[in-house]
Amino acid sequence: MAVTTPQAPAPETATREIFMSEALREAIDEEMTRDPTVFVVGEEVGVWGGAYAVTQGLLEKWGPDRIVDTPIAEAAIAGLGIGAALTGSRPIAEFMYSDFMGIAMDQIVNQAAKNRYMFGGKAKLPLTYRAPFGAGTGNAAQHTQSLEAWFAHVPGLKVITASTPYDAKGLLKSAIREDNVVIMFEHKAIYAMRGHVPEGEYLVPIGVADVKREGDDVSVITYARQTHHALEAAEQLAAEGISVEVVDIRSLYPLDTDTVLRSVRKTHRAVVLYEAVRFGGFGAEIASQIQELAFDDLDAPVLRVGAAHAPVPFSEPLENASFPDTAKVVEAIRQSLQGVY
Amino acid sequence: MAEQQPVSTNGRAGGDDASNGVLEKLTDDQLRWIYQIMRRIRRFEETAEEAFRAAKMRGALHFYIGEEATATGVCAALDDGDFITSTHRGHGHCIAKGARMDKMMAELFGRTTGYCGGKGGSMHIADIELGNLGANGIVGAGIPIATGAALGSKLRKDGKVTVAFFGDGAGPTGAFHEGVNVAATMNLPAVFVCENNQYGMATHADFANAAPIHNRGAAYGIPSASIDGNDLFEVYATAREAIDRARRGEGPTLIESRTYRHKGHTVLDQKNYRTKEEIAEWVARDPIERFVRAVNESERLDEDDFQAIDGQIEREIEHAVAFAEASPWPTVDVIERDVYVE
Ligand SMILES: Cc1ncc(C[n+]2csc(CCOP(=O)(O)OP(=O)(O)O)c2C)c(N)n1
Ligand SMILES: [Mg+2]
Repeated sequence: MAVTTPQAPAPETATREIFMSEALREAIDEEMTRDPTVFVVGEEVGVWGGAYAVTQGLLEKWGPDRIVDTPIAEAAIAGLGIGAALTGSRPIAEFMYSDFMGIAMDQIVNQAAKNRYMFGGKAKLPLTYRAPFGAGTGNAAQHTQSLEAWFAHVPGLKVITASTPYDAKGLLKSAIREDNVVIMFEHKAIYAMRGHVPEGEYLVPIGVADVKREGDDVSVITYARQTHHALEAAEQLAAEGISVEVVDIRSLYPLDTDTVLRSVRKTHRAVVLYEAVRFGGFGAEIASQIQELAFDDLDAPVLRVGAAHAPVPFSEPLENASFPDTAKVVEAIRQSLQGVY
Repeated sequence: MAEQQPVSTNGRAGGDDASNGVLEKLTDDQLRWIYQIMRRIRRFEETAEEAFRAAKMRGALHFYIGEEATATGVCAALDDGDFITSTHRGHGHCIAKGARMDKMMAELFGRTTGYCGGKGGSMHIADIELGNLGANGIVGAGIPIATGAALGSKLRKDGKVTVAFFGDGAGPTGAFHEGVNVAATMNLPAVFVCENNQYGMATHADFANAAPIHNRGAAYGIPSASIDGNDLFEVYATAREAIDRARRGEGPTLIESRTYRHKGHTVLDQKNYRTKEEIAEWVARDPIERFVRAVNESERLDEDDFQAIDGQIEREIEHAVAFAEASPWPTVDVIERDVYVE
């Protein structure tokens, strides 16, 4: 399996810029070409082309046996993926919004995650679940959540998420090729973000973090859309001579603790940034690992920036203030540097 | 009653405006109320669409235009204290249950004066005092909640009935099966009203449901009916019977109301999974126009009556928009409020 560098290619070698949604579509299309047992199943993935247009055009190309539209039946969608994977197919099952995974929770948590283990290692589930998540769209409390911690908590599931089209494509291809259950969370607000993606074949390995910006003074450990807030904060603070390193973990489980610790041992300060509700969110796991494994290297407590302890509100000023933005990241970095918490 | 023949007009091209004697049983005030509610729904949504296109509001708006007779006919048969659960396409249910358009509009505008103080938006308007247990962003989720409301009524012996509105897209959900089956086993005062508007997003109802939804009544041992949902009188008569039956303690009924959304799935939907001819055919069966024709023919109300109601609604709408636009935005200190009772 060709594993290329996790770094995006330098712009001069990149051949084109495409949207995140296109990058994901290419990943699916290429893997469907490579392996005839790969198929897509979910609500509105065919005729509609996917609620976020990821599977647009694939029904026309591959036909209804490989781009399978389902009724509104999330538990069935999760189970279709499990049953087909157990019996020799390599399904990509899509949830239209990750919020709807609640309906499929038994299939995902009690079935998909545990089958192999309970069966004494005799089953294999080459299964990928895809699900849009995240806020900022005005879609209110039931269409905007960041529930990734729920799934990262369950042994038997791998959980990944991308901040760039390059990573999205490479990660999804790796997920499809995995013989394990991988859940890919895709942030809605960056489907339409463009980025460099090479023409040729590449993979981004699961379980490898990526330093998106190097710096010396503070490490911001983050993932998905929040990576961009971290990068903007780093850019703003660079003007003041503050050097921020941005680590995009890309994979929640398995977590690339080495890359996180390497960064923190260099900067001695860490801000963990995530869009989920701050309390009990995945950032708590990252922060905990840092203090357990790099306590002596720290010059300040590990800070967490996350969303308010509330469902995502509809009204624009409330929604925007309810989850982290660049200003909040800048503020947290300053707190870390100034020792004022 | 499980084997009750559907009072169906299935296949009848919907041109029939005769009310089969139902109109005669309604008072002039009821006829006025019905017209007023249907027109309010239509004008509210037309106005909301303009505001959305003018970038005055955002998020997902799902329009009920074309389906007004279902919510109106059902709610006309409910008592004030009765309950409903609603859907993502909930403006119609909300207005038919007696909601104020100014507070609804303010909610769509995300303002403090909205039904939910701006926290819910179009997909989550609720007014518990009016018996509206909420619009819902999760397809099918209102069905078990309605069953629960009906169980509460049975235990409290409060004599109330709960109607669950849901789409053809909810037919395939597990929530439908669990909710309806439990209501049937416990003989609860619930009425399940499926608004079969032919599609859930781009998916046709017949693609999503292995067999017609109204057939399932037999599977749960409850009466079911398949009706022309654009015929206000048929909706009213069927709902009346089901609601009365529920109130007598005789258990739930499943009603499949065939109708059509004139607009896209959301305000942003421009996909062409439906033919122009199909849309035109259904627009020609507009439930409000059919109601007006039937009432005109009966000579019960006249043009002046309709115009007076239209004029009043225009004033209500103007007020609703002005009220919403003049209302303050919520401030960030309320974000973590209302999560718990404090
Ligand atoms: C559980 C769940 N799955 C998927 C969706 C996304 N979704 C929202 S509305 C809709 C179609 C619903 O169709 P239907 O029930 O027929 O209602 P209609 O929109 O036609 O009024 C879908 C798939 C959702 N909101 N909830
Ligand atoms: Mg429908």
